[in-house]
Amino acid sequence: MDATEIGLWGVPLAILGGAIRVSTPFIFVSLGEAITERSGRINLGLEGTLVFGAMTAYAVAVMTGSPWLGLLAAAGAGLCFGLFHGWICKFRGVNDIAIGIALMLFGSGLAFFFGKPFIQPSAPDLPAIAFGGWSDIPQVQAALSVNILFLIGAALAVFLWWAFRNTRAGLIVRVVGDSSDAARAMGLNPNTVRLLATGVGGALAGIGGAYLSLYYPGSWTERISSGQGLMAVALVIFARWNPLGCFAAALLFGGAGALGPALQSVGVTQGYYLFYAAPYILTLIIMIATSSPSRSLAGAPRELSITK
Amino acid sequence: MSGAKKAVGVETIGMTMRFGAFTALDDVSIKVPAGSFHALLGENGAGKSTLVKCMMGFYHPTAGDMLVEGREVAIASPKDASALGLGMVYQHFTLVPSLTGAENLVISREKVPGVIDWRKERAALAQFMQRMPFKLPLDVKVAELAAGEKQKLEIIKQLYLGRSFLVLDEPTSVLTPGEAQEVLGLVRDMTRSGDLTVLMISHKFHEVTAFADDITVLRKGRLTGTGKVSDLSHKQMAAMMIGDQPISALDSRAPVPAGARQVLTVKSLKAPDRTGLKTIDIGELDVKSGEIVGIAGISGNGQKEFLEVLAGQRARNAGDILVKGSPYGASRSEARTLNVRFIPEEPLRNACAPKMTVAENMAFRTFDLDEAGKPVSWIRMSAIRDYAARLVEQFKVKTASLASPISSLSGGNVQRAVLARELTGEVDLLIVSNPCFGLDFSAVAEIRARIMKARNAGAAVLLMSEDLDELLELSDRIFVMSDGALVYETPIAQASVQTIGEHMAGHH
Repeated sequence: MDATEIGLWGVPLAILGGAIRVSTPFIFVSLGEAITERSGRINLGLEGTLVFGAMTAYAVAVMTGSPWLGLLAAAGAGLCFGLFHGWICKFRGVNDIAIGIALMLFGSGLAFFFGKPFIQPSAPDLPAIAFGGWSDIPQVQAALSVNILFLIGAALAVFLWWAFRNTRAGLIVRVVGDSSDAARAMGLNPNTVRLLATGVGGALAGIGGAYLSLYYPGSWTERISSGQGLMAVALVIFARWNPLGCFAAALLFGGAGALGPALQSVGVTQGYYLFYAAPYILTLIIMIATSSPSRSLAGAPRELSITK
Repeated sequence: MSGAKKAVGVETIGMTMRFGAFTALDDVSIKVPAGSFHALLGENGAGKSTLVKCMMGFYHPTAGDMLVEGREVAIASPKDASALGLGMVYQHFTLVPSLTGAENLVISREKVPGVIDWRKERAALAQFMQRMPFKLPLDVKVAELAAGEKQKLEIIKQLYLGRSFLVLDEPTSVLTPGEAQEVLGLVRDMTRSGDLTVLMISHKFHEVTAFADDITVLRKGRLTGTGKVSDLSHKQMAAMMIGDQPISALDSRAPVPAGARQVLTVKSLKAPDRTGLKTIDIGELDVKSGEIVGIAGISGNGQKEFLEVLAGQRARNAGDILVKGSPYGASRSEARTLNVRFIPEEPLRNACAPKMTVAENMAFRTFDLDEAGKPVSWIRMSAIRDYAARLVEQFKVKTASLASPISSLSGGNVQRAVLARELTGEVDLLIVSNPCFGLDFSAVAEIRARIMKARNAGAAVLLMSEDLDELLELSDRIFVMSDGALVYETPIAQASVQTIGEHMAGHH
């Protein structure tokens, strides 16, 4: 068999590779949102955080020459956005969803404003590890060239899953998310816990943004995110607030996102652009399939404003 | 987390609490010796919870002292109280529903390690549970426990935290009679053996008589009586609680006429429950004119959903609801022509628009009709006000003015206003749910008397209640609802608390 001509096998392979490549921002944003929502708050602003994180990472990487410093700066910027959201939401009568939408627009707008000068220069990429070295087929090598952030995200999902049961911090977040009254009776301040949880969630979303601009697609443009932050929020609900579920759902969305390019690459010339819409259609289908007019969502943190 | 601490005795001296000009608690001294089971009686607003909140450090009393083990102590916060071994079990559960029992216990501890070693914790918990009188599954999510088990877990949590003086705030309000007996019996055994001192807030005389050693009675913030339970009759306790205010007497029950027509018929009704995972299934239920049919059950067994279907708040999957032979879909016009009236639980939430005025709320059924019952196109506020003024007078609703928002009324007066609206005019079918929840003695007596009067006037009444005493007092027939179905029916003459309780718990 000709090593460069693998025919239709290229489609599943490209989907696998795409799933790994495209899913990483989903993983980080959804894990961050899972932490925030488990504490009883929704941060819809993560879309803005993602875009701002992408811009920050790219700008810092361009200026310092180090993608790692860019990553760190993106996490820091995300942390600030998260803390800002958490701080505003502690006031009475403030709606977390409305603030989230405001911060989403604010984050994107601010990123476009500061990001203008960085559209041209190119920044160093985050490193990838080649797991495909055993094969001489370039498609396999390409699919299995895995960025280190994907591995960190996978490990983080497992860690969070473990931590929600086995650490004091994890249990406290769940207590606060489930019952403010019980939390207060234990002497916990729900606002502080939610502030920190939103902050951590924002930092993770910032890292997701860094991945976008420093690895895939790997440059800073204003249309870099195309709603991935919002989809990640939907994905958390689909994953029932379970970090492992978030990881799996992110892979699924990533795979769906890779469908269009994969079909294009094997020579499908008509209608493939329809498959570019696959992640969005998938979001819709999943949200419809997993909700019901007459029952509330199983496993939802009870303090969440959408499930109250 | 020792749990082996010995019981402590607690005393208050001259406890006084003022909120501005209002005195909630006036010079109350009570003494609860170590190892005793003390009951605190009083109506709503009598100051019971103010007193215990002062004792627990939630409030800072205006004057008065606390003694623990005969020594004066300063309790500035709930933390101080727990350091002295004082704990409280609230009426509403403070457990976190989505955590397991074990997780709830461990996280409520003062010092929790950063990483929890579950193997070690589980071993310690198993050892602790061996010394406890109750057996409980600790690996199940609290949301999946029955109410009785939750209440036991609340008590166990307090003991796990090393508390040896417990305030129980109406601990049996959510339990079946059987569960209540069991929980209180076990708690009393622990006081007898000197491991625990208990101060129980209650208004159920039979529980107080069966389990408590001493009582203290509060009325309007003052101590009005105290003594040994063995020396007091229920009548004496009631007199201490309500003083000399008149209590409405229940009409005697007119016998149900033999040929009474069937008013409400429910046939093979199916509807999804709150979670959507189970369905409620009412096989057959009929209510005749001039009778009260009671539905007993622990909350969460589908009564609420059944009621919502009858009220038109929840869609049904299958089955028929007939009122006087015609199908009933809970529309406004059907309710009007068939004379169906409805008194839901939590009337402020389910039967009122809280921010609208008393007069407007009382006119909800009739505001768009003229005297002859014909629809009008122009609404006259003066007619609404006159109508409300008449009803307020007739039903003794205490309100500052007809133009006050109804949410400013006390619970009993909101319920009176709703009763006035629903019971005025011709009533053929009255659907009632937990009408007396959280109301005081005189309001309860009056509301029950009104329901009985409606029955004697020929209304068919469907009464759902979590208060078995209320059902036994009012009903002609009692059904038990368990797990979404009517599982047991008994005429009142043969009703036994024991049997009803067993069916409520689903033991059949």
